[in-house]
Amino acid sequence: MTNNIYQFFFIYLYSIITLFLLAVIGDFVSISIFLSKNIFIYKNIFLYCFLYAVCFFAIRIIITNQVSNIFIFIISLALSYFFLINKEINAYQILIIISVFIAFNLLLQKYFTAKNFSNFLFEVSFLKFLKTNSLIFFSFIIIFPFYLMFVSSLKSQMVLLQNPTDLSIPFFYSISDFFSSYIAVITQYNFLNFALNSTIVSFVTVFISLFFSIPGAYAVARLRFAGRSKISSSILIIYMVPAIVLVIPLYVIFSQLGFRNSLFSLMIVYPATTIPVALYMLQGYFKGIPYELEESALIDGCSRIGVILRITLPLSVPAILSVSLYVFMIAWNEFLFAFMFLDNQEYFTIPRGLYTQLDDQEVPRQYLMAGSVMITVPVLLLFFIFERYLVGGLTAGSVKG
Amino acid sequence: MFNLNKEAKLAYTMLIPTISIVFLIILFPIFGNFWLSFKEVKLGDLRAPQPIIKEKLKTKDIEPGDDILIEYRFKNSSQKKPIFNIEITDKISKFISPVEIAEGCSVNNNLLSCYFEEWKPKYNEKIIFKFKANDNFEIDNFNPKESKPRGVADADNILTNLKFSLKNFQKILQKNETIENIKVTFLYSFFATIGALLLGISAALLLEKNFLGKGFFRGLFLFPFVSPVIAVAFTWVYILDPFKGFLNNYLLNNEFISEPIFFLGLKKVDFLGFDFPFTLFIVILFESWRYFPLAFLFILARLQAIPKDLYEASDIDGATRIQQFFYITLPQLLGVISLLFILRFIWNFNKFEDIFLLTGGNAGTRTLTVQVYDEAFALSNMGTASSVAVLIFILLAIFVFIHQKIAPKDIEE
Repeated sequence: MTNNIYQFFFIYLYSIITLFLLAVIGDFVSISIFLSKNIFIYKNIFLYCFLYAVCFFAIRIIITNQVSNIFIFIISLALSYFFLINKEINAYQILIIISVFIAFNLLLQKYFTAKNFSNFLFEVSFLKFLKTNSLIFFSFIIIFPFYLMFVSSLKSQMVLLQNPTDLSIPFFYSISDFFSSYIAVITQYNFLNFALNSTIVSFVTVFISLFFSIPGAYAVARLRFAGRSKISSSILIIYMVPAIVLVIPLYVIFSQLGFRNSLFSLMIVYPATTIPVALYMLQGYFKGIPYELEESALIDGCSRIGVILRITLPLSVPAILSVSLYVFMIAWNEFLFAFMFLDNQEYFTIPRGLYTQLDDQEVPRQYLMAGSVMITVPVLLLFFIFERYLVGGLTAGSVKG
Repeated sequence: MFNLNKEAKLAYTMLIPTISIVFLIILFPIFGNFWLSFKEVKLGDLRAPQPIIKEKLKTKDIEPGDDILIEYRFKNSSQKKPIFNIEITDKISKFISPVEIAEGCSVNNNLLSCYFEEWKPKYNEKIIFKFKANDNFEIDNFNPKESKPRGVADADNILTNLKFSLKNFQKILQKNETIENIKVTFLYSFFATIGALLLGISAALLLEKNFLGKGFFRGLFLFPFVSPVIAVAFTWVYILDPFKGFLNNYLLNNEFISEPIFFLGLKKVDFLGFDFPFTLFIVILFESWRYFPLAFLFILARLQAIPKDLYEASDIDGATRIQQFFYITLPQLLGVISLLFILRFIWNFNKFEDIFLLTGGNAGTRTLTVQVYDEAFALSNMGTASSVAVLIFILLAIFVFIHQKIAPKDIEE
């Protein structure tokens, strides 16, 4: 008896949470595609789920095989019509409603299978429930901000102000309207210039970091010298130095030397912050290369430099690729130093330009979002293409962020 | 022995570039920060006092043989400090020759040079120099401003002199705000770390087993971490905007709330009788959202390295999944969680951009790093700014020391 009460309680609880998540997603899909009102009346979810749980329980007790699922599905749809759904919906939204309820029923059946229904196991159902919902939840909280960023960048000012909850992609715009914010950001706000600066700074940073850290990493990984262990441990301490502690004195020094307001200032500061990380990541990889390969080359009369160029480097292409990507992303995303050092618009990197030019109440929000999309897309593209290397690099280097 | 020496020499050569750039851009500025924190340096002091010289032609319609008056204006750029040994040079036109010029000045080969011993603070004087137009004077080619007058001078540089004081520390410690900021910084760093770790552990447990689409989810989960902070912060600000934002309008439309919530502008909310720092909570949510991927990656890597026979053995003993989690998985993860905790805590402690972009340090979210920025650029006081930075440094050092004493050691290392 107590088991039944528990079971009923859990059906009720699970159904509320599952339905809520699915309903929100269904609604978002609906307003994304059809530009129309919400489908669901959220305040009725508790009532609906209570009735649903009663029916679920009753049907499962009467019918103990798979057929019960069909009845439950039909009843859940019928109940939803009376309690849960806005009456002014169009034909397409019915499709969404049906898919939401198919998903809802499938999930609940997964938690409470007809087989285990009579001897209900809290743990099994709970873990399944937790796992499924968390996956939905995580995907949702990650995708949603990016999706909103993208969608808002396509809207016109009027649409954004009239209906901020409108998530639809405006396919019916003409091409020039569709990308109007992007065109405006590029033509009115000098965005291409910022992008060029960011690109130059990022590539130079990658190049200098590699140029400095490859020999350094090789020395730490392979050569014997006094102070070797000290160097590897002090790299980790440099990780911990707050950028804000560096920024004030560097501001002062660079002002005195007269190269504060220039791309050059970023090109020496960025590598300095990334070289220790790059060195740490690379030396870990170099250590993993079998030493016998290098040893035999040394015996055959190859010099150290020759060994590095002919053996170590060709073998560590994946590591170098991941370090380059990682350094590129740091330089591309960096805001603090660019914000402090750069005054002249002609030197602005994208984050600096976004902050000054577009983060203003006067500037329409869709421009800000278009700028944000343009700074995010290259990073995400690189990330998707080279994900395998990057993930390896991130874990290998115990990386800063 | 010789061989070893050669190897060490090579190693040092290979490391010199790295060591020198780290020394110049990281260690030297840290030292510079301590140096500055004991000096009363204002933002304006960064420009050393210098002579400012301007020239102006006072005579019009010049014919050959006429007198020409040129007014020179000498000024000390500083309002507070004198300058010494001022040397001024100016190229003058070859069509004119000097008649009457100020004391200390002379003309040689069309070059006017002056020397003054000292200009007091706020020194600002106009001196008329009298020249005569030569016979070969050509009005079209005459331009007294063809060359800019140049001046060099010595001045006491506050940045490099050896006067130190503790006034900056006194100033910041007397501010009530500083204590409040320390509290906020600790709350923020601690809870943002906990949030990121909890999300990271959950995400890692979700993707522990192989299933279809696992690679996709793993990539997706890293999005917040790899995206530029400025883009995601602006997006959050936009979503949470009280009037134009998605969230408020969505909640209003569905009648969850009756009036907009100022997500990023509510310092305190009364919650069950105590003041809940609402905006700080939102910022902590943002930080957890943005940085859980890092924890996720590390914990996932560690999870997959746990020997499977531990689970098999416990299965035979009849352990439930939840027991397995608490008695096998969690103890195995303890090392990496402890490591991540300290790393994440320190990085959160040092974070500036995220809070600055979300709230600008308003509504009870001013951390010490934001205070550094405010002191330096809103109050134009580099001295107090660096002393706050020193405070950050010291607090961090204390924290790391305590953690070293009490933390469980990482099994892997």
